[in-house]
Amino acid sequence: MQTEILIAGFGGQGVLFGGQLMAYAGMEYGKQVTWIPSYGPEMRGGTANCTVIISDEEIGSPLVRHPRVLMAFNLPSLDKYESAVAEGGLLVVNSSMVERSVDRKNVRSILIPANEIAENLGDKRLTNMVMLGAMLANQPVLPLEAVEKALEHHIPERHKRLLPMNIKALRKGAEFKPVAVK
Amino acid sequence: MAKEMMKGNEAVAEAAIRAGVQAYFGYPITPQTELLEWMSRRMPEEGRAFVQAESELAAINMVYGAACTGRRVMSSSSSPGVSLMLEGISYMAGTEVPAVIVDVMRGGPGLGNIQPSQSDYNQIVHGGGHGDYHPIVLAPCSVQESIDLTVLAFDLAEKYRSIVIILSDGSIGQMMEPAELPPMMPLKTSFPEWAVDGAAGRERRFLSSIYMDAPAEEVANMRLLNRWAKIRENEIRYKEYYLDDAEYAIVGFGSAGRVALSAVRQAREMGIKVGLLRPISLNPFPVDAIEALGKRVKGILVVEMNTGQMLDDVLLATRGKVPVEFYGRTGGVIPFPDEVVSAVQRLAAGPIVTTGHPRDRWMKFMSFLN
Repeated sequence: MQTEILIAGFGGQGVLFGGQLMAYAGMEYGKQVTWIPSYGPEMRGGTANCTVIISDEEIGSPLVRHPRVLMAFNLPSLDKYESAVAEGGLLVVNSSMVERSVDRKNVRSILIPANEIAENLGDKRLTNMVMLGAMLANQPVLPLEAVEKALEHHIPERHKRLLPMNIKALRKGAEFKPVAVK
Repeated sequence: MAKEMMKGNEAVAEAAIRAGVQAYFGYPITPQTELLEWMSRRMPEEGRAFVQAESELAAINMVYGAACTGRRVMSSSSSPGVSLMLEGISYMAGTEVPAVIVDVMRGGPGLGNIQPSQSDYNQIVHGGGHGDYHPIVLAPCSVQESIDLTVLAFDLAEKYRSIVIILSDGSIGQMMEPAELPPMMPLKTSFPEWAVDGAAGRERRFLSSIYMDAPAEEVANMRLLNRWAKIRENEIRYKEYYLDDAEYAIVGFGSAGRVALSAVRQAREMGIKVGLLRPISLNPFPVDAIEALGKRVKGILVVEMNTGQMLDDVLLATRGKVPVEFYGRTGGVIPFPDEVVSAVQRLAAGPIVTTGHPRDRWMKFMSFLN
């Protein structure tokens, strides 16, 4: 069993750390994992994405054409990768930054206003945690608790005091009841 | 020791430190820079030498000087930077001093781009610097293998007074995976009888790659070649996957080998009995293993992230005894597994072609790029 998660957005939205957190959680949960970023002559405000693979066996290619899950943090990411998601896969869209619905009919889609939820919790930088929570509730690749534990272990020292808020944001995302998209 | 998540580049750097590297010289270049950055912090912490040189030329000549002292030394770069280092690498080969060099390959030729590539295969495996010498070349496919081969590289370099090149790429360098580091090894305290590290109280030693007397150079070249023969006897490494009952085989190294592994699994789900041979030592090349493989299977597919460089070595090894096809992407483009699955399907569907060159058939297939 292998699950590929493509996380894409603007630099600064916590896309790369969100992916690393999933990889840490997968590793600590006893799975095989890879994390690979897109890298290029990118700058702040540019696009950023990473692919995380969580698997029961030795992982071959760290990149796949059709990931099981796409987490689109902004419109350019949805435009670019919507068509790539594997049939029957999951699409998690940050509707705060995407003013359109989803075209694909053969995937499951969650539109979640992750920025607003994060801001209501008190910090826009929690957006990535809200998105991760929503993804985990709909694609149980790892238990939420495993990700919370990994967060506790790997949140940067200077942000340690923000740990409870981050966990709250993960849970808020997981509790989100989306309006069904056909 | 427990597994940690590490970036390939940083894992190589820390593995070198654990293996007792005493001096590192380098110059930043993407996608290798994290290696140098890690060294810039950790080497001073350990009280060892780190120099960010003014260029790759300077860095490799610092490596040359430090290597002459018999200490464990290394440098790292990416394709264009390694091109600059080749003169110094040849001088080190001619002087018979050990050194470890890491090439985190990117798209080329020229400045190219910073995406992963395997297009330095010929440069590194078949030549690079001038003169009659053979570097040992090791190609990891994962973060763990990057660590293991870095440690091995220092041992082999010393054992054979040889250049050892770790041929990685941007994908392996930038990727994070769980991996286990070796324990910290004690630094060397005794040094070889050829090392120049202060002649007080003993006769002076002299290290150079200059042999103005041609017959003496010929003797030196034969000494290198005899050493290379021992390396070929003892240091061939490769890994086999799903080959026991295979009717077809892929040969691919490094990142392309990983993509091929995914393709092998998918093709097997479709009922095609295909396996993978992944060369780990590119030099010495697993010639006998590939020749034997050619006798067992109906066809071989070579997969690379270049226009078919290792392909020529596979053709030499198989001696025309088995049909060989090629699939590659180049210029920093990474193939997806499904492209390789399609190539396996084409090979298995036949008809078997034994005339012409596999690269020509692949070029025809890729003509949509023209």
